[in-house]
Amino acid sequence: MTVRTLHAGGPEAGGVDGPPPLLELRDLEVLFPRTRGVLWKRQTGTVKAVDGVSFALRRGETVGLVGESGCGKTTVGRCIVRLYRATSGQVILDGKDIRTLGGPDLLGFRRRVQMVFQDPYSSLNPRMTVRDALAEPLEVHGLASGRGQRDARIEELLGLVGLASEHASRYPHEFSGGQRQRIGIARALAVEPDFIVCDEPVSALDVSIQAQILNLLRELQRRLGLTFLFIAHDLSVVRHVSDWVAVMYLGRIVEFAPRDALFARPAHPYTRALLSAIPVPDPDVEASRRRIILAGDAPSPINPPTGCNFHPRCPWATPVCAVQVPVTEVVSGGHRVACHNWRDLGAPFSHPGASVTDGNTK
Amino acid sequence: MSKRTPLLVVDDLVTTFGAGPGVVRAVNGMSLEVLAGESVGIVGESGCGKSVSMLSIMRLLREPPASVRASRIEFDGNDILAIPAAEMNNVRGGKIGMVFQDPMTSLNPVLTIGAQIRESVETHLGLSRRQANAHAADLLGLVGIPDATERLGQYPHHFSGGMRQRVMIAIAVACGPQFLIADEPTTALDVTIQAQILEVIRRLQRENGMALALITHDLGVVAGMCDRVLVMYAGHVVEQGKTRAVFRNPMHPYTRGLLRAVPRLDTDPDAGLVAIDGSPPNLAALPAGCPYQARCPLVIDRCLVELPDLRDIGSGHFARCWRTGDDDIAMPGARE
Repeated sequence: MTVRTLHAGGPEAGGVDGPPPLLELRDLEVLFPRTRGVLWKRQTGTVKAVDGVSFALRRGETVGLVGESGCGKTTVGRCIVRLYRATSGQVILDGKDIRTLGGPDLLGFRRRVQMVFQDPYSSLNPRMTVRDALAEPLEVHGLASGRGQRDARIEELLGLVGLASEHASRYPHEFSGGQRQRIGIARALAVEPDFIVCDEPVSALDVSIQAQILNLLRELQRRLGLTFLFIAHDLSVVRHVSDWVAVMYLGRIVEFAPRDALFARPAHPYTRALLSAIPVPDPDVEASRRRIILAGDAPSPINPPTGCNFHPRCPWATPVCAVQVPVTEVVSGGHRVACHNWRDLGAPFSHPGASVTDGNTK
Repeated sequence: MSKRTPLLVVDDLVTTFGAGPGVVRAVNGMSLEVLAGESVGIVGESGCGKSVSMLSIMRLLREPPASVRASRIEFDGNDILAIPAAEMNNVRGGKIGMVFQDPMTSLNPVLTIGAQIRESVETHLGLSRRQANAHAADLLGLVGIPDATERLGQYPHHFSGGMRQRVMIAIAVACGPQFLIADEPTTALDVTIQAQILEVIRRLQRENGMALALITHDLGVVAGMCDRVLVMYAGHVVEQGKTRAVFRNPMHPYTRGLLRAVPRLDTDPDAGLVAIDGSPPNLAALPAGCPYQARCPLVIDRCLVELPDLRDIGSGHFARCWRTGDDDIAMPGARE
């Protein structure tokens, strides 16, 4: 009933003979049960955390997935690495639906798809040295025979993420936050994956360290040909690492576009509001810009609004928005938006990123 | 404007934790002046002393393990160091309001929102229960919470993160403070909610002439909110001045490094970010000389042995760096 598929690849994206996507999500839906009671849990209903998410990633590219807390972006990431199982829809890696994988196929899949978490301190075992933490995936997947080979690989991995080989014998608590995130990245790289889901990898880090990690990720992508899904709440971070940007609101993708198009010509009211709310470290820009101050909070997915999820906060909402879920429409090649009124919004407020990205796209 | 009286004066604040060889030197000689109605941003990375300095000034640190010394801390002409601990409660929450980062841990989960706002106004303004209730409802309206009267009877868990932070602001400004200390008031919130909260603070400043000390790691928030800014590193103020001057013409290598490291909406996204190598020093083992020496691209021998003074560059712009004024640093670094 709706044209929901948002291909990063394909002819409409610009690449006439573009390669097929490495990973594709088709109408992904995730329901979590709501329960009552402590010992005897009764299911009282469900929460739809992800509601029909479709997009695709091409090899060697990065899709940035942005949205506010609770919008379902992490759930999407976890479905891709199969930490969660999607309720319906498909996650297709190289033509195969990963939801049905088992046995050796699943092990092979886990080698190809890895994850980097927000807080490396809680994702690393405090009682394992860095060497042990990096050796574990090598052993599980049988990637190193003998101690010499294993240690050489560990040294190589540490070098790859900018750590020294003497760091191998230390424990996580002996490292700073930025160094720990490097260890988390090294561990993900240990099994030579094609695809890495980075879930808020720099949100817990200080600005000066954040830049180190972002630069490292870009460098690794270039050297190893990695494909990233970069999940973040911060659009200015996403802008620095992504080729494509998906904007998510309350379980749905509301806009999907090539990076420069999204920042130059945001089509969805929510994207516009996000862009106008991001502070820019320039007092003159801050003093002169106009902001869209949204009313209210993001609604709860337990009781989502009817029609377009965003309509209660949307400054452009019309009566149709309250009753009908908007269909995803094509703005221009590869740029899709799910909004009834996107044609009538007028020019976006000139936000600080517009001029720079405009220059790149024309 | 030039001769406004300072509301808060802090001279040479030193805060340490613990004793002996492992003593942590969190604030190392901070001086600060906030004028009436002014908003001052205090920026820096985690552990730079920005929060501890404000807690020291408010005398909210337990001593020991903390030790707070200063040659002067004056608020509105009163010597804060001389006020007995019991009387500090009249200052805090009365003339000085405070908002902290995490509203869930600062609100009492078993008291209604109304009770928590009333506590402040009954204590400081001596209002009756009925007056206090009316005032509390007004305050919730002021910070943009709809259905105020009904909301007063609810508990913190009924409120979302953004709403709780509004409640915190309502409590902080309940007694019409002259000065608001906001410690990362929007860090835990989403950007669209952050924009709402900052708008509330701006409006309170505009309408009540309230002074503001805004502690944040977000340079963008400072650019939009503050008249002046202090940049802290390892317990030292390394640069301070009018926000515009500091952002346009940062004079300390650390400030320039920070400004270049931030991903921002208005620069070329493919240019890459310029990271600052290394990490901040251990506050229990600070090096002699400048604390930034290990990460500084402009380091010279003198930096390793002697701590620079906070030198005046003109028009109230100060930087703590031996290289300030040298030709190769005089060019603005952040805005090529």
